Amino acid sequence: MTRSYWWLAVGSPVALLAVWEALSRTGVLDPRFFPPPSVILRLLVAMVDSGELLFHIGVSVRRVLLGFVLGSVPAVILGLSMGLARPVRALLMPVVSAIYPIPKIAIYPLVIFYLGIGEASKVSIVALSIFFLVLLNTMAGVLGLDRRYFQIARAYGAGPRELFTTVALPGAMPAIFTGLKLGMGFALIVIVGAELLGSDAGIGFLIWRSYQIFAIDQMYVGLLVTAVLGWLATISLDGLERVAMPWRS
Amino acid sequence: MIAVAPTVGQIDVRSLSKVYSGRRAPFLALDAVSFSVRAGEFCALIGPSGCGKTTLLHILAGLIEPTAGTVAIPRRAPGRLLTAIIFQGVSTLPWMTVIQNVTLGLRHVVAPPPEGSDPAVRAKGSDPSFWAGGRARRERAMDALGRVGLEAFADAFPHQLSEGMRQRVSIARALATDPDVLLMDEPFANLDEQNRLLLQDELLRIWQDTRKTVLFVTHSLDEALRLADRVLVMTAAPGRIKSEVDVPLRRPREFTSVRQDPAYGALSARLWGDLRDEVMKARQVDRDSGRRTQDDS
Repeated sequence: MTRSYWWLAVGSPVALLAVWEALSRTGVLDPRFFPPPSVILRLLVAMVDSGELLFHIGVSVRRVLLGFVLGSVPAVILGLSMGLARPVRALLMPVVSAIYPIPKIAIYPLVIFYLGIGEASKVSIVALSIFFLVLLNTMAGVLGLDRRYFQIARAYGAGPRELFTTVALPGAMPAIFTGLKLGMGFALIVIVGAELLGSDAGIGFLIWRSYQIFAIDQMYVGLLVTAVLGWLATISLDGLERVAMPWRS
Repeated sequence: MIAVAPTVGQIDVRSLSKVYSGRRAPFLALDAVSFSVRAGEFCALIGPSGCGKTTLLHILAGLIEPTAGTVAIPRRAPGRLLTAIIFQGVSTLPWMTVIQNVTLGLRHVVAPPPEGSDPAVRAKGSDPSFWAGGRARRERAMDALGRVGLEAFADAFPHQLSEGMRQRVSIARALATDPDVLLMDEPFANLDEQNRLLLQDELLRIWQDTRKTVLFVTHSLDEALRLADRVLVMTAAPGRIKSEVDVPLRRPREFTSVRQDPAYGALSARLWGDLRDEVMKARQVDRDSGRRTQDDS
């Protein structure tokens, strides 16, 4: 972002919050349903102090991270194989195309049925929601590569395994990161959803419990935390992308 | 299949044919091509677009299998790459630094150090564990980069270099493997005129130092005459060798002296005479079939 416009990027959310605060304080918005941001912020600080909020954040973040790794690592390996080898593609593509469009949260009851209501089912549903996005993006990344890259590697002695590591993996890296970023968004949606449906900890649980006891300001804290987590996830993935692809600057 | 057998030339191609199974009908790209290249000879291959020049080169590089015929490239020294190819256009892997690109071919080559180095070091060259080391590979790669004047850019990424510099990286990669045969597929086609002349000079200098056997595919009559000892003219698809033209111009071939040599004009006219019909034929084929022939520029 150029220097002359950064204040717009910072200014727009600040202005939005200021308007909200004013409307809520003057009673234009009912403060029971739209508590002013300053109240939400004060509650957030109190919940951090009591350790309650960090506990829930910790639980959710752990589930997302575990699911992220569990879903994306096999997805990358399988996606590269599908991109490189036509038989693998022919074998797996119909199954993948069929399962991919099912909303993963719709599979959640089935996952609970197999894995119980504990951590395993939550981590699995996150992994599942990421898996297909990363898989399809990785495959597309390999298929979109200039054939010349493979010719260069083969002409200089690369066997199938080296084509994997010297061409397919680095070549598909931009597409892999597109998949990871999309997947991260879905992971947050799915984990909060899963925690709403059946859990005794996590951000989703916090939001659901707040609704049940009519603590609207706590719900807002939960939403705020989710937003910040999503933002942090994007920043971390952008950073990781720069480290993983030093050749793109 | 590339046979490794003692023969007359450095490259012996006999009755080589390649048929591509096209979508509508099979496409005959090469039709019983035969020719030889002597050891240390600089041989240019010229022909109209789509005549199978690239196909031929890719067969020699072991990238594709011929449908019929044989290629014999006798292995003169063990532990070298038999052929090293320099591609047209995109020729570097963008995610590797210059030095990584140049080292690419060295992973599988357990080779003696470059000519002229200390005999004691050369003896060590036969020990795979010695040359398995990354440092030795790096040294050899740096040596090759030095030949093309790019040592200072060893750790740069290709996108930071100009097109001409990237092509020099690609030449360094081929040189680093110390191949018996250097295959070049219109390596300078994407460069502007001035850079092309500079790189031709550089290539001639390197060739005069190393005396590699070179097979150089080009579109350009001028490039063929400037560089080669002999020019092979190919027909329009299906590709055959139409004629061979010796180029007895004196070396070193300075740009100005070559251009002023009356023999240059005569050779140029003769080559064009051979080539013109084929180019017309290729265009006619294109028009008849209403499509571009095999992408083989």
